[in-house]
Amino acid sequence: MESESKRKKESPNTAELAVTASFPDEVLEIVLSLLTSHRDRSSVSLVCKDWYRAERWSRTQVFIGNCYSVSPEILTRRFPNIRSVTLKGKPRFSDFNLVPPNWGADIHAWLVAFAAKYPFLEELRLKRMAVSDESLEFLASNFPNFKLLSLLSCDGFSTDGLAAIATHCKNLTELDIQENGIEDSSGSWLSCFPESFTSLEVLNFANLTSEVNTDALERLVSRCKSLKVLKVNKSISLEQLQRLLVRAPQLEELGTGSFLQDLTARPYADLESAFNNCKNIHTLSGLWEAVPLYLPALYNSCANLTFLNLSYTALQSGEFAKLVVHCPRLRRLWVLDTVEDKGLEAVGSNCPLLEELRVFPADPFDEEIIHGVTEEGFVAVSFGCRRLHYVLYFCRQMTNAAVATIVQNCPNFTHFRLCIMTPGLPDYLTNEPMDEAFGAVVKTCSKLQRLSVSGLLTDLTFEYIGKYAKNLETLSVAFAGRSDRGMQCVLEGCPKLRKLEIRDCPFGNEALLSGLEKYESMRSLWMSACNVTMNACRRLAKQMPRLNVEVMKEDGSDDSQADKVYIYRTVAGPRRDAPPSVLTL
Amino acid sequence: MERLLSFESDHLRATELRLGLPGSDKPSVRPKNNKRASSEISQESKSNSCASNAGNDDERDSAPPAKVQVVGWPPIRSYRKNTLQVQAKTSESELCRGMYVKVSMDGAPYLRKIDLKVYTCYPELLNALENMFQLTIGKYSEREGYNGSDYAPTYEDKDGDWMLVGDVPWGMFITTCKRLRIMRGSEAKGLACV
Repeated sequence: MESESKRKKESPNTAELAVTASFPDEVLEIVLSLLTSHRDRSSVSLVCKDWYRAERWSRTQVFIGNCYSVSPEILTRRFPNIRSVTLKGKPRFSDFNLVPPNWGADIHAWLVAFAAKYPFLEELRLKRMAVSDESLEFLASNFPNFKLLSLLSCDGFSTDGLAAIATHCKNLTELDIQENGIEDSSGSWLSCFPESFTSLEVLNFANLTSEVNTDALERLVSRCKSLKVLKVNKSISLEQLQRLLVRAPQLEELGTGSFLQDLTARPYADLESAFNNCKNIHTLSGLWEAVPLYLPALYNSCANLTFLNLSYTALQSGEFAKLVVHCPRLRRLWVLDTVEDKGLEAVGSNCPLLEELRVFPADPFDEEIIHGVTEEGFVAVSFGCRRLHYVLYFCRQMTNAAVATIVQNCPNFTHFRLCIMTPGLPDYLTNEPMDEAFGAVVKTCSKLQRLSVSGLLTDLTFEYIGKYAKNLETLSVAFAGRSDRGMQCVLEGCPKLRKLEIRDCPFGNEALLSGLEKYESMRSLWMSACNVTMNACRRLAKQMPRLNVEVMKEDGSDDSQADKVYIYRTVAGPRRDAPPSVLTL
Repeated sequence: MERLLSFESDHLRATELRLGLPGSDKPSVRPKNNKRASSEISQESKSNSCASNAGNDDERDSAPPAKVQVVGWPPIRSYRKNTLQVQAKTSESELCRGMYVKVSMDGAPYLRKIDLKVYTCYPELLNALENMFQLTIGKYSEREGYNGSDYAPTYEDKDGDWMLVGDVPWGMFITTCKRLRIMRGSEAKGLACV
């Protein structure tokens, strides 16, 4: 084996090492290959040189949370045997259009390096990266063992790129395309899978809108006997779905197409029986434009559901409640706020095993909407679902008392993301700031890893966070705080903080510079529309050479202001691919 | 304590009820340290919601009648935003905003309108029709329709055919019903399921 001969060259004097090493490298490597957690592996590599060496040879998967924190050269030099790469690119706020286009995070340079050093690469998972069709074609042509491609929130490619993947990746097991900015020119990419191709286990093209060749899809599903996950797009009708289900009764995760069709009695019965026949489905999504009429076809399948994603289906409370009665084993639920508080009450009553709840707004920009969910729905869920530990909740009103009740019922929150949609809105009953709400969260939920705050907040919220949130890793703040002190409390008080993203807050230079040493222990800091100046950023950049300090200027803004600042630690030095709108200090 | 007092004075005015358009009595002064460029101006259209710069300044951005969205707020991925907007446009008239259909009654001088979404089953709908028109419709039977009562409720479906109310499942009914007509019992006999 190639790796073995290299290893012998690097440990010349085994006699010398025999005294200190308790067991040979081979055994160490085998032991370490059982370690999968990236953090454990990082710790292992710091123990001593032997362990560092053994760890780097045995590592096959690598996770890079910020693609600019390291370069392809450094990566490939340290880890020679990588088969699986996960890369995240743009700052999270790029999802909300706060990052200029062409910002960077292009995958291509990485692929070129991988083609040279990791020709046996099998898996690539990308989040918020810029991916072109050319890159996808390159990927498809240069990695004969390539098995898994997952693209989440990426942009820059079209269905042509997918066609290349389908055509050339003979060993593909997983193609997962989610929530990307895709140019969807035609569905013919799906027909590019050759007739001899049978290895697919996961196919998710729910993101796409164009019609695909349903015959080709049926044949593909028929011959891929190991297919476990199938998530189709809106263009697939109920009748077509029925035909697919009949060919894949082994499915475990299903994303339906459009659930709106005028079915007469016979096709409806067929659909119901097709669903009943799929006894292993534990995850259900899609249900585009679902009309309540056909939901009963799902009822039997719901008995074993653990994850139900209705976040693209505008169900009203009544019809949703009727559905949820059939889902007693639900652990994860994503819904639109059209289900209202009544719908959430039904969740509280029927889903005692619920661990994760996400409620998205159906009409986030319409201020005339008086529906949606309120604090009552959230409270109702907390009474019924004591295992709840992950919540993402968009609402138009909230009270401190409600949040206090919620965390009292559910003290195990690890992720608490509350978005009161009007910026700076106080407790609507008392008109006080929402400080006590988040105070209750951090005081009660000692395992809290991720927190997003909203509503009217003074520095007190941040004092609470700094004092109590000792396990906090990610904090998102918008339209909150009163002075630099707020941000300082967080920087000083949260030892495990890795990601801090702030927008539209009155935090300035003093706050920014108070975190000087802290930033090297964090992945990144984002501050936009705050009170930070260019000079302060320059000072920070000068004093901390291992940080990249990047400023994005807005058109027509004051020269001395740093409108958007993105700071991250890196061993790769300042990047060279920044567009003109991004200044590296 | 000091902080609380200053907060109160800041926000008391904002939460005060008053007549007039939002922002009509406030000067539209941009605070000096508002760092946001024009594309990110946040303007509140509700008179009782506090402005986003709850920071060192006492001035509030006044709220003109036009709504301007804050860039990137609420924090929803563009993909989701675009998808939901498309869906809302296509299904708005039917699913989200009420399903109003015209109701005509033989002999009545003018038509009425009802929102089918308000009802969850046939008895509720029939009850409402009975109240609206001050008549009795009677009980539905598959065999005889509404035989025995003075009136029979009928509807025009998507294909343009006139159907007897009650034959199909409720869910199918509300998605296919275009308008209602309350027929006189004598005329309606011909429509009963044979």
